[in-house]
This record gives sequence, structure tokens and C-alpha cells, in this order.
Amino acid sequence: MNPQEQWIALSAIIRKEVHRFMRIWVQTLVPPVITMALYFVIFGSLIGSRIGEMGGFDYMAFVVPGLIMMSVLTNSYSNVVSSFYSAKFQRNIEELLVSPTPNYIILLGYVLGGVCRGLAVGLIVTLVSLFFTDLHIYSLSVTIGIVFMTSVLFSLMGFVNAVYANSFDDISIIPTFVLTPLTYLGGVFYSISLLPEFWQGVSQLNPVLYMVNAFRYGILGVSDINITFAFAGVGVFIVVLAIYCLHLLKTGKRLRA
Amino acid sequence: MSIALSIKQLVKTYDNGFQALKGVDLDVKEGDFFALLGPNGAGKSTTIGVICSLVTKSAGKVSVFGYDIDTQFAEAKKQIGIVPQEFNFSQFETVRTIVVNQAGYYGLKKSIAVERTEKYLKQLGLWDKRDTPARMLSGGMKRRLMIARALIHEPRLLILDEPTAGVDIELRRSMWDFLREINAKGTTIILTTHYLEEAESLCRNVAIIDRGQIVENTSVKALLKTLNKEVFIFDTREALTSVPDVPDYHLILAEEHTLEVEVEKGRSLNELFDGLSQQNVHVVSMRNKANRLEELFVSLVKGSADLADAQEQGVGV
Repeated sequence: MNPQEQWIALSAIIRKEVHRFMRIWVQTLVPPVITMALYFVIFGSLIGSRIGEMGGFDYMAFVVPGLIMMSVLTNSYSNVVSSFYSAKFQRNIEELLVSPTPNYIILLGYVLGGVCRGLAVGLIVTLVSLFFTDLHIYSLSVTIGIVFMTSVLFSLMGFVNAVYANSFDDISIIPTFVLTPLTYLGGVFYSISLLPEFWQGVSQLNPVLYMVNAFRYGILGVSDINITFAFAGVGVFIVVLAIYCLHLLKTGKRLRA
Repeated sequence: MSIALSIKQLVKTYDNGFQALKGVDLDVKEGDFFALLGPNGAGKSTTIGVICSLVTKSAGKVSVFGYDIDTQFAEAKKQIGIVPQEFNFSQFETVRTIVVNQAGYYGLKKSIAVERTEKYLKQLGLWDKRDTPARMLSGGMKRRLMIARALIHEPRLLILDEPTAGVDIELRRSMWDFLREINAKGTTIILTTHYLEEAESLCRNVAIIDRGQIVENTSVKALLKTLNKEVFIFDTREALTSVPDVPDYHLILAEEHTLEVEVEKGRSLNELFDGLSQQNVHVVSMRNKANRLEELFVSLVKGSADLADAQEQGVGV
């Protein structure tokens, strides 16, 4: 395929992905917004007012960046894992496999579909958060850069999960038993400086901590970790996972007989 | 005339050790209407899966209009349109979306995709259903949707895996007419089917595959010529209660007004009619029994099975 044909194929996949999550917006866009609004009310307004300051900011201002990031990464992951697994389950993934679309375009299409949903939910959650706190952006480039890269990374993770999944149960195991604990322990609700030294060290092994803190730095200008290291780490993970996903597509693992 | 599909020594061994294809060789000429027949599990769908990149081959070479499916996969895939046996589209998308998206996967511009979608949906009687989600379609409509989707990039080789399975007779006939029409316009068609009447009616050439090997590859006419017997069906005026006894002819009473008889090719039927007349049986009409190909198919597949059994037992055949 020439570059123009590849662009058309990529646009077709992205259009299909966006159309899919927009068609079922009640399942894809509304629930995360309601959940996050409840977090804002309970943790931010009700409990947060008794907590006082965190990291030099009132608790609501501190928790909002983490909650936005949490919604971005879970929705990016969910979109790709459910869409790609459904395509496998209904066998309409064969529409792409029989076509001349190169593997990297298939992967890019699904990943950008996940990014679109992640960012759409993130944007709506951000708008909702404005009802609860004033949001000032400390560094636009850091904010946009880390949110985009995190969304890409979690979309790739969702892709790997979908390839290996054999049932709908398999696509909820990783989010429930891995993603949720990592997110809740990733500094969304607290600064790791509150933890004993040992647990601070353990927390630093959690990749979500770096993404949440880099995003918080972009908005508030404070972070528990080194921002450059966060960007480099996410970048390396993206490259490694992208290569692995392309390998899965090339070998046809769980996709071709 | 060039070769549309060339398969050389194709082998497929699954992870569990089952060898589905054992060195298949097959050539299909451009413009042909070709039938690939075989019993369940013979290797038809595996062969088609390899051609369309849905099954990874273990060994061998496959090329489509000269394009190798391994080294020139994009060009090879552009030549092929596939209508699979199972429905493999999103049940939640509309008919039009499914076809337009497929055009996108082949790199077709939106304007061309929209124009062709309208053309093929109209030809296949689906235009009124264009905004209907696929799950709401009847079985026959779903099959036609898959044909429209396979044709959207106007492939030179169309492969249909059991396209009329579960389709009513009227619809089957209209699909046959449609396939004849696109074949007449130059599209090479390969068809697998369980309805041997379908292969006999539509196809010029035929290959029979059994246990992962091609056991026959010839023209339908040549294959039918190898039949040295014909079966005739006689409709009688009288209702019969027993089989008339005509020496040297083996008659079967199919129904009370219907007799069947197997006659060697070239043998005169006069003696048979004389014998029936003497027993006051009056034939009011006669016809050849259809599904002649079925008899050949059964005998070829049986021969292949006997050979495999003999080889398994170490008998030199």
C-alpha cells in the first residue's frame, strides 16, 4: 500500500473505533464521568475539607489531576481491550487480516482509537472538575505530553490483553487485579511523602506513580518524582510494548490458525 | 490465459500435530469458475484460509495473479475477495458502514467507497437495508452483505466458502445468476460447496480434496464423462405396488408413480420400454437424475479413503 492508501486505512480504523464508543456513549462516556464526579464530591469536598493541605495545595486541587489521569488510563485501556477482543470474538477482525493493511497501521489505528476515548473522557472529567476547583495549568507541554503518552501506553497494554484473552472474563482480570491496585496505590489520592521510607521505595516501583505525578506537575508544578525520568520511562515502555504488539500481529498469535 | 491462483506443495500442520493439508498442488486459470469440493474436514477451508492469510501455512508456495502471498502480500491481497463460511462482521454496525469501512482497509478513497457501496448493495438487493444494523438482517441478507463487502475493492479473484449454505432455493438461484454475471465480466471465482448440483450448474472446472490431498482435478464435463452409467427417472400413469420385472434391468420403485433405473451409457432403452409395456406400465415422462456429480464425488472420496486405509495397513497399492 502506498502512503495515501495507508492513511485512508488508518482513518477508517480510527473512524470505526470512535464511532463504536460514541454509539455506546452511555456505557463508555457517562459512567467514568459519574464515578469521577462522586470522587470529587466525596474525597474532594466532603472528606477533603477535613484533610486540609496535601503537597502544599488544598486536597481538592491535589486530587483532581490524579483523578483525571486515572480516567484517561483506564478508558484508554478499556477501549482497546474490549474493542479488539470483540472483533476477535465476532471474527470481524478478519476484515482487517484479509486486507492489505499493514500490521503497524492496524496497531496504530486501535491505539489511536483508545487515545481518542481516553482523552475524550479525560476532557469531560476535567470540565466536571471545574465545578469543584479552579484549575490552572503550570506547564501545558508537560500536561499534554504525559497525558498523551500515558494514553498510548495503556492502549498498547489493552491490545496485548485482547490478543491473549480467550473469554470476556479474561479482559476484566487485568483491569481488576492489576490496573486498579496500581492506580489506587499510584499517588492519585496522596503524596508518597506521607508514607514510611520503605513504602516510598516500594511505591517507586509502580509505573502509574510516575504518570500521575508527571501530570500533577504539569498542572500544579509539584511532583514526588523526577519528571524527566517519568517521560523517559513511559517512552521506553511504549517502544517495548509497540514492538511486542507488532510481533504478536506478525506471528498471528491467537488471531490466525 | 494467465494463472489466477497457483498453489505448490501446500502443507498445513496444526499445533496439535494434525496435518490438514499434505502437499496440495492446484492451479486455477484466470476467468475460471472453479469448484473446490470435499467432505467435511477435507481441507477446503484450510486451503482458503491460507490463500487469504487467515491460516499460517507450514510449507509451500501460494501466488495470486503472480503475486506471492508471503513476499508481495499487499498486492496479493488486493487481488482477492473472500466470502467466508461463517458470518464475520460486527453485528452492531450498519450494512453501509461495514462495506464502506472495508473499502477503507483497501485504501479506497471515500468517494469511490460510497459510490461502489451503493452499486453493490443495489445489485445484491440490500440498498433498502443500508442503515440497518447487521444483526437485524436475515441469514440470506447476511450472506449477500458478505458478498458486497468482498466485492468492494473489485477483486480479480473471488473466493466463496459455502456461499449458499442455509439459503432458500429462490435466493440461491438469484445468487447463482449474480455470480455467473460477475464471472462473465472477468472475475475468476472459486467456490466451495456441499451442494454438488451447484458446482455442476455453475463451474467449469473442479478439484476434489480429501484428507488434505487433491484426489481429482479436471473439468466438470470431463468428470461427468467418466460416469459410465446414467440414472433415469420414469413417471408412470399407473400407481405401482410392486417393481416391474424386466430382465437385465434393475428397476427401483421410488414412489408409487416413479421408477428409477440405472442404465449403462450407450445401451438402448427400447427393450426396457417393451418390457414395461408388456406389464401394462405406461411411462408418461422421463428425465435424467440430477446430482450426477454426487455419485462421482462419493466414489472418488471413497477411493481416497480406501487408499489411505490400505497405506495405513502397509498394503502396497
